[in-house]
Amino acid sequence: MKWRVRVLVRLKEGLNDPEGRVIGNALRNLGYKVEDLRVPKCFEFTLESERPEKEVEEMCKRLLANPLIHTWEYTIEPVK
Amino acid sequence: MPRFAVIVFPGTNCDFETVEAIRKAGGKAERVWYQESIRDYDGVVLPGGFSYADYLRAGAIAARQRIMEEVREFVEEGRPVLGICNGFQVLTESGILPGALRPNKIPRFICRWVYLKVVDTNTAFTRLYEPEEVIRMPIAHAEGNYYIDDPSKVRVVFQYSDEKGNITEDTNPNGSVLNIAGISNEKGNVLGMMPHPERASDRFLGSEDGLRVFRSMVEWVKR
Repeated sequence: MKWRVRVLVRLKEGLNDPEGRVIGNALRNLGYKVEDLRVPKCFEFTLESERPEKEVEEMCKRLLANPLIHTWEYTIEPVK
Repeated sequence: MPRFAVIVFPGTNCDFETVEAIRKAGGKAERVWYQESIRDYDGVVLPGGFSYADYLRAGAIAARQRIMEEVREFVEEGRPVLGICNGFQVLTESGILPGALRPNKIPRFICRWVYLKVVDTNTAFTRLYEPEEVIRMPIAHAEGNYYIDDPSKVRVVFQYSDEKGNITEDTNPNGSVLNIAGISNEKGNVLGMMPHPERASDRFLGSEDGLRVFRSMVEWVKR
């Protein structure tokens, strides 16, 4: 069966996110009252699998995230 | 003597050689930190490098700094504005030049010499080239794949070609629409280009072909 997957990988709270800081500063320079901007990574793909949850969890641990510094969440929907 | 500002953002790294090239071309040039003013200068160059570590998109953060408002005044007043490599990315990100520079078609950093055909010699930066002249310069970028939805809207100045000036898919290093390597605004006082003319401005570097970009710019101010 085919699934549409979206994975969001975030730096754990308290870890420095320089890119987020730079983009947050740039938005503040444009006049927006932005605070605590972080840059998570989003991955979208189609997956053929009989056990999508197990495989996506595995993908996060083996490649998409570094469990030491990241947290992750995902949505999995059947492809119509 | 015409004076040029070479803007330095955090992460800019081609500023010194760009200053040298302008001096060799007969102009005065100074590195100017992006928090200072450039109003007193006759022209401005946005040099290559990795401003703000290419965060968000290459050139995106630099394009939204206050100094770009002064650059816009140069554009309006007809003073020369040259963007090289990351500087070209800053010019498209700020909307001063049309289009966008996407990641290279083959997704890696390309650093090598290329041939360019000069297809417009009426800009402030190409007046000293012969029409259709083929020149040699290095490129060094990961995001140089020029994209525009309607190419007829752009004033093309340089196209990637072979030694004889043939413009083909094989001579396109990064996937750019129409092999575009450099474009100008309608007035011809703004040029954005991915190749590095400052790295081809002395014989010991392997080519002097880029020097005329700066000589043209200096003469344009003097005219």
